[in-house]
Amino acid sequence: MCLAIPGKIVEIDPQNTSSAIVDVIGTRRNIDLGLLEDDKPLCGDWVLIHVGFAMSKISETDALDQLRVLEMLGESAAALQEVRGYGLEPSDDTQPS
Amino acid sequence: MKYVDELRRPELIRKAAGEIRRLADPQRHYRLMEVCGGHTHAIYRFGLKDVLPPNIELIHGPGCPVCVLPMGRVDDALSIAEQPDVIFAAFGDMMRIPGTHGSPLEHKARGMDVRIVYSPADAIKLARLHPDKHVMFFAIGFETTAPSTALTLVRAKAEKLHNFSVFCNHVTIIPAIRAILDSPDMRLDGFIGPGHVSTVIGCRPYEWIAKNERKPIVVSGFEPLDMLQSIVMLLMQLQRNEARVENQYARVVPWEGNRAALQAMAEVFELRPYFEWRGLGFISQSALRIKPAYAEWDAEQRFHIPGIRVTDPKAAQCGEVLKGVLKPAECKLFGRECTPENPVGALMVSSEGSCAAYYNYEHRKHSQLTTLSLPA
Amino acid sequence: MSNNTKLDLHPPAIKFHEPQIEMAHGAGGKASRRLVEGLFAPLLFGSSREPLNDAAHVSIDGTRMGITTDSFVVKPLVFPGGSIGELAVNGTVNDLAVSGARPEFMVVTFVLEAGLPTATLKDQIEAMANAAQKAGIKIVGGDTKVVEHGQADSMYITTTGVGSLLPGIELDPRSVRSGDAILLSGPIGDHGITILLARGELDFESDLRSDTRSIFPLVEAIARVASSTVPSGARPGIGSDLRPDLRPAILWMRDPTRGGVATSLNELARDCGLGIVLHEDTIPVHDGVRGACELLGLDPLHIANEGQFLAVVVPELADAALHALQNTPGGEHARIIGEVREEPAGAVLVTTSYGGTRIIDMLVGDPLPRIC
Repeated sequence: MCLAIPGKIVEIDPQNTSSAIVDVIGTRRNIDLGLLEDDKPLCGDWVLIHVGFAMSKISETDALDQLRVLEMLGESAAALQEVRGYGLEPSDDTQPS
Repeated sequence: MKYVDELRRPELIRKAAGEIRRLADPQRHYRLMEVCGGHTHAIYRFGLKDVLPPNIELIHGPGCPVCVLPMGRVDDALSIAEQPDVIFAAFGDMMRIPGTHGSPLEHKARGMDVRIVYSPADAIKLARLHPDKHVMFFAIGFETTAPSTALTLVRAKAEKLHNFSVFCNHVTIIPAIRAILDSPDMRLDGFIGPGHVSTVIGCRPYEWIAKNERKPIVVSGFEPLDMLQSIVMLLMQLQRNEARVENQYARVVPWEGNRAALQAMAEVFELRPYFEWRGLGFISQSALRIKPAYAEWDAEQRFHIPGIRVTDPKAAQCGEVLKGVLKPAECKLFGRECTPENPVGALMVSSEGSCAAYYNYEHRKHSQLTTLSLPA
Repeated sequence: MSNNTKLDLHPPAIKFHEPQIEMAHGAGGKASRRLVEGLFAPLLFGSSREPLNDAAHVSIDGTRMGITTDSFVVKPLVFPGGSIGELAVNGTVNDLAVSGARPEFMVVTFVLEAGLPTATLKDQIEAMANAAQKAGIKIVGGDTKVVEHGQADSMYITTTGVGSLLPGIELDPRSVRSGDAILLSGPIGDHGITILLARGELDFESDLRSDTRSIFPLVEAIARVASSTVPSGARPGIGSDLRPDLRPAILWMRDPTRGGVATSLNELARDCGLGIVLHEDTIPVHDGVRGACELLGLDPLHIANEGQFLAVVVPELADAALHALQNTPGGEHARIIGEVREEPAGAVLVTTSYGGTRIIDMLVGDPLPRIC
């Protein structure tokens, strides 16, 4: 249920926009974009692939955010505050400013 | 590898581990459960226990869909495949799962047409390629995998592809977590929440764990830094006596889940009133079956299945290990009658089952094999 | 009797109780070992307690030579980077090489399926001729059988090779000691993943090619290092260096084919009774193999190789042996990937640079892709 890895969309079939080719450092496969109807990825986007279907678009912003937080771990109380606010529901009030 | 290598950087892992050691109260023994089998596998694969302090104990949860599948359902699937002109298609994970008369791979060696597929879409392709045969796809998995099966069925129906059916064994994660929390022997401080299931169901379904059971739960990714960061977040909540749902895997998990995926599931599946989980017994509203509108693609409707129940040997303590009450090595059969090569119980069958993971990656680290000394 | 934790090297005889042969018995892992040690060995190999390999050193009228045998049942017959014919030649050459022999001659048997197109067979014979010429081995004889349509998967090839022993090489896993270095000749997993993708069932594509090649030049390179130094106590030749260690410089070699590096090193651990510790970050893996393994849930350490070898070398010569490999064409990516230790006895441990560890066992059967 859990093996899903990031891949980059390198081609979308113009005849069938649910069908795309994804690349994972040189290994390529046809995948189905049908579960991302609401927010269709574009060529060059990164998606999470599981059993030949794209499950989610990978947010570069969130990924970089996370790395930033991880780099700061152990450095200061402020960093811990970041971790604390990190990953809360967007409407939650405890987001650090 | 993007979004993978960055989260395996050794210096960041050391930092995160240091932070965990700093945060963990030395007077306290923490019991954190990772629900999902993929997390169990990641813990062992990356050797994460070696970087955690001894007072943080990771308890393995029941989120392994191969492990919880009763042997009787495997027998049912194989009995369908024994019909003439049927192609049995399943993920690699299913190929060694033992049925009463052998695994799918063993049936293949005896002449059954058994194919490994990476995707349910491959099973449909097989059906198109072999119009004279019937392709039966053995579907397993939690909510991560169910939408892909659902979408495949939608496509099969739209295409009027008649030589294709699905033997559906999808199960849902929330009832499994409930079964853990309802277990009287269980004492847990918090949960490392399933990451990929949550890309589909979102984070809201876990709110009752925080509100009613007062346990923190952090939805986690699968790279070493994801899991360590999740443990930091859990420790911080525990330090402040909090119990909230948090999303560590925000780069991939939307808080509200994936609407299109949930819609595909709703279109094709309905909840079974009850379903038997190997090791956990019957759980109500815990599994999916195919709706009447898709009956033609439901292997249980197309074929007669024996529906025989096969019970595990009494000595196998799968249920207790599944619920985290016992450690794998504490089961009397572990490593003796029950090994990955000759699995007796559910948890030895799948590579992410806690017994298999422990056997393969861990227990021989502490080998105390005594011997005759060598001649000088 | 001292309380040492070395594995018993004379364990009670394994008995083979299984009523029929299964696919797992041919996969090179635990089941294969049970078959060989429990059924073949007692009946065919007499009371020899030597570790069992597919190569042996024999003596005829005082002349010592190496002899090896192998069979090739690969599907598909042709794949990126090679074909069954090349595998047959290079596989034989490599078995001889890692047993410490210079490949000299081989004979080959074909079992052909009726209906096999002649053009297909001709391609394979040409491939074999080219590979033999490249590897410096002479094919001097053979046999052919044809079986009914539906058997033999088109073509099975079996070979037997003989070679002359390289000077100074005396391989014996029982001489391995804690501290010995483990060398790997190059990136792992290329062959097995290429074959898996070439079967087409999983619908993946990549630019990977099989790594099939003769590794004899590389073995020869480290053999030269070994023979240029001698253990003290032997009479030194002019210009040779003395080593305090009485053991030969190279203690064990193996070509990690089916079952991969993990299986070969587990066999070593079992045969020498010691532990093997590998450093994950030092193990060379091509991106293409890595990506496919991540997607399919496979471990490169379990994947077959057809152009690589492992060697256990005494620590004081490890760097010299490594440089010899790296300076030989084809050995540029050789690395020292780990060492022998007392613990975990009989097992192989992989460590990461951040201190994580895991045991890696030999496979049960072939590696299977997973989605969980």
